[in-house]
Amino acid sequence: MKITLGTVTRPGGSRVNKTGAWRTAGKPHFLQKNCIGCDLCTLSCPEGCIFGTGQKTYYANEDFCKGCGICANVCPVHDIEMKPEEAEDA
Amino acid sequence: MLKGRMIQGCRAIAEAVTLCRPKVISAYPITPQTLIVEELASMVAEGELKTEFINVEGEHSAASLVLGASATGVRVFTATSSQGLLYMAEVVFNIAGMRLPVVMINANRSVSAPLNIWTDQQDSMSVRDSGWLQLYAENNQEACDLILQAYKIAEDHRVMLPVMVCVDGFVLPHAFEVVDLPTQEDADAFLPPYQPLYRLDPDDPYTMGAFAEPDKYMETRYMIQRTMEASIPIIEEVASDFKRAFGRPSGGLFEKYRVDDASTVVVALGSMAGTIKDAVDELRNRGESVGVLRLITYRPLPKEALYEALKGAQNIVVMEKALSLGNSAPVATELRSVFHGRPASPRISGFVIGLGGRDVTVDDAKAAIARAQQQLVDMEFIGIRTDLELEGINA
Repeated sequence: MKITLGTVTRPGGSRVNKTGAWRTAGKPHFLQKNCIGCDLCTLSCPEGCIFGTGQKTYYANEDFCKGCGICANVCPVHDIEMKPEEAEDA
Repeated sequence: MLKGRMIQGCRAIAEAVTLCRPKVISAYPITPQTLIVEELASMVAEGELKTEFINVEGEHSAASLVLGASATGVRVFTATSSQGLLYMAEVVFNIAGMRLPVVMINANRSVSAPLNIWTDQQDSMSVRDSGWLQLYAENNQEACDLILQAYKIAEDHRVMLPVMVCVDGFVLPHAFEVVDLPTQEDADAFLPPYQPLYRLDPDDPYTMGAFAEPDKYMETRYMIQRTMEASIPIIEEVASDFKRAFGRPSGGLFEKYRVDDASTVVVALGSMAGTIKDAVDELRNRGESVGVLRLITYRPLPKEALYEALKGAQNIVVMEKALSLGNSAPVATELRSVFHGRPASPRISGFVIGLGGRDVTVDDAKAAIARAQQQLVDMEFIGIRTDLELEGINA
């Protein structure tokens, strides 16, 4: 990614500018075990970065996920777990 | 024969701005800058200057307006002073961060409170960290020359940063001097039309002033810092272009007056350097080895060039019309950092002088020099009245 003088960009910059760097307090892990495909995680995500097309298909786009944990909180079958970034790397 | 006309500073500065053909001017009147924009407004009203002159309700708007106009890819001008500059401060930082080559005249004036309309340099010093280049003029001729140079430096694609030309309020804009202004043809040859890198255009849209998160913001500051450093030779290059074009030297990093063999060198900015030169001449006539280095380019601070120019001195005497309340004065502090840990280590003394328009005299300069030759002075005020009771201090 190029940073221009004065951070001038073309419109639609939010597609290029990955704001996931803000993420703190871990990111969601979709366990794909108990998922019933209710779509609540997608609907509740304030970033609109959770996608899925039915049971056990959901995932978060980590380029934009801020790690707020709302998806894990609303999941009625506890199929999403928040884990620290380091835990996943290890 | 002396070239030029006897002309008031404000008029000369306004004519120099005209020679640069700005497409948009916006400013709000504030003493002692008012006369400059009044002259420009009357030139527009008389049809002598083809520009859009936009009246606004305050300096924050004036700066915002020239920011927006500059983003559309045209050359712009604004001017302010003191409280006006402080009111602009938010936008001043934005203009630099957006890399817009705005040129501004700041008629240096003290800051409130107490209200005081006279000259010192506390106002421009308060935005020294904003990313603007700052050039300080000694007289009206230089102020005019620096305006032409400022656009050429700012608009250079290797720079693309705003430039503030600082002139001591009243001492310059209100004084009559002989000023030699170039013809429009010569000015055009020296300063070609502005070629923006990006410009706001509905048919070819750009996003400007976007935000940057923690993973990118620091790089934008790094870029300005690197560009500031790289602009030092460009400032010198523009000064030599100027000399070639108009046949006389002007601008650059600093002016050395009887410095090369001097054991004591005064460092100062702006108009008081003229007074200090008189003091230096008197002391030289008495056989003292004294000179004065007048800093023109304060931002970027030309550290290497200053080190080379001052390394032979035993005493450096910094006289400033500004201070950092709670520390010493800015230029003295910065010069000390230039010499820190390096082979040459002259004694660097700092003096605050002439705040709020108090006269700076030859005797004041001589007093500061004598004091600094006796001992190292961290920071002292020159000319504090002893006949006043100062509550909490001596009363």
